[in-house]
Amino acid sequence: MLPAIHDAKLAWLYGGVLFLLVVSTLIGRWLKRRRKSEASRATIENVNARIRAWWKMCAIFALAILVGRVGSLILFGLISFLALREYMTLVPTRRGDHRTLFWSFFVIMPLQYFLIGIQWYGFFAIMIPVLAFVYVPTRIAIAGDTAHFLERAAKIQFGIMVCAYCLSHAPALLLLKIPGYEGQDARLLLYLVIVDQMSDVLQFVWGKLIGRNKIAWRVSPNKTWEGFFGGILSATALGAALWWATPFTPLQSAGMSFTICILGFCGGLVMSAIKRDIGIKDFGRVIEGHGGILDRIDSLCFAAPIFFHLVRYYFVP
Amino acid sequence: MNDRIHPFANLLAAVARGVTGVQVQWAGCEPDEKQRIYFANHTSHLDFVVLWSGLPPDLRAHTRPVAAQDYWESSALRRYVVMNVFNAVLVQRGVMAQAKSPEEARYAGRALIEQMAAALGDQYSLILFPEGTRGNGEKVGSFRAGLYHLALRRPDVELVPAYLENMNRILPKGEVLPVPMLSLLTFGRPLQVEPGEEKETFLERAREAVSSLRRIGSA
Repeated sequence: MLPAIHDAKLAWLYGGVLFLLVVSTLIGRWLKRRRKSEASRATIENVNARIRAWWKMCAIFALAILVGRVGSLILFGLISFLALREYMTLVPTRRGDHRTLFWSFFVIMPLQYFLIGIQWYGFFAIMIPVLAFVYVPTRIAIAGDTAHFLERAAKIQFGIMVCAYCLSHAPALLLLKIPGYEGQDARLLLYLVIVDQMSDVLQFVWGKLIGRNKIAWRVSPNKTWEGFFGGILSATALGAALWWATPFTPLQSAGMSFTICILGFCGGLVMSAIKRDIGIKDFGRVIEGHGGILDRIDSLCFAAPIFFHLVRYYFVP
Repeated sequence: MNDRIHPFANLLAAVARGVTGVQVQWAGCEPDEKQRIYFANHTSHLDFVVLWSGLPPDLRAHTRPVAAQDYWESSALRRYVVMNVFNAVLVQRGVMAQAKSPEEARYAGRALIEQMAAALGDQYSLILFPEGTRGNGEKVGSFRAGLYHLALRRPDVELVPAYLENMNRILPKGEVLPVPMLSLLTFGRPLQVEPGEEKETFLERAREAVSSLRRIGSA
């Protein structure tokens, strides 16, 4: 039980996360006490709410990783399920998609995680992009409703790809057999999540502090060039400084972190574009407090598969 | 009749809440002990369980669904679930349409209203789907007259409109396996029959009250 508990480097990573949480909580308290204008109040409230949520998320994640491979698989499987649920709720589907959706939730998605569990890499890699790709439009066609056929098939395929396939590459890191790094792969997963999420956080922080010039205001009014450069550079520096926890050299670690940050940004941008397209501003208000899992992991969905394949290509013989 | 909730009812309610992830909004009144008729749109077999489970636990024990006899009595399991587990009021659908003479129709209609009024008693609330049948979720269908007559018969009972979102996508008509999309249950402002209000006017107003609570996908 709990093989990871004897890992001193993992303990250092946990300690670092705990330190960040404590510091940010203190800063949040300080900001709240010294705020002057009513206008900044909403922002500070929001920041403090985010920090409170971070405590919970970190606790759950830390526990899942400690339990080992099964814990990580269950956690990510659950996140996939909730994300797919949010996505499918937002995306218009028709009556004829019902059975296909049922398959997506209860067969395709769990199977993807099961394949990681039994360490069948070959099937894991093709099941969704090949088999599910063919199956989804076929099942919709069998249901017989041809209205908006291509749109419906594409929307469901995209949802499964992002929420199940892409995200599942994060726990799939535990499959990789890196020489000299045996039994330490939990740290690699933690590294990916820390760099990816810190990139989001730091982009937010830099954007709030000095953000002026919008990148794509129509898609995501909160993304600024200042936030982009500040966030990505500081998260890359952080990732490089964590090289000791990974199989990488400091320079390699910087390269990996930079890639994770850039892809994370792309994920956030794409999912924002989808949200704007669906016009979910109404719906977002409705599921406030409950929803938002997809918003939290959108960057991870894009970063995980590429990080996985980079590691696999360069570090697994 | 007792006021203890059947353990299966709580279990089914928990499952329904899990599957639908339903969020409850009280957008025109607050949860209250007073006797009410909750009337909502109807698109799925899960509707009444979800609506019932959306009420605070202490109100659930006093809230009974009104269900169609022809459907729910067609098997022993259904009958057990609806009668013993949920303490439902089973009513005959379409009795007035089947009646041979206007006289008979009026009599059957009155019997139906008396049955529901009796089911309300002096402490119960009812869950009613006045469309009488499940729709496809595109728009709320026209209401049957029962709501109007019941409202006149029991003016002391509050009429609370409710809208169940997305249920037609979670478990549509003709499917047995649910897809776990997110649902939303909104309770609106209570309404009553105005003095001298015509039946059709009131029913349309009530339908509009339900329909206006819709948040998603409304044109």
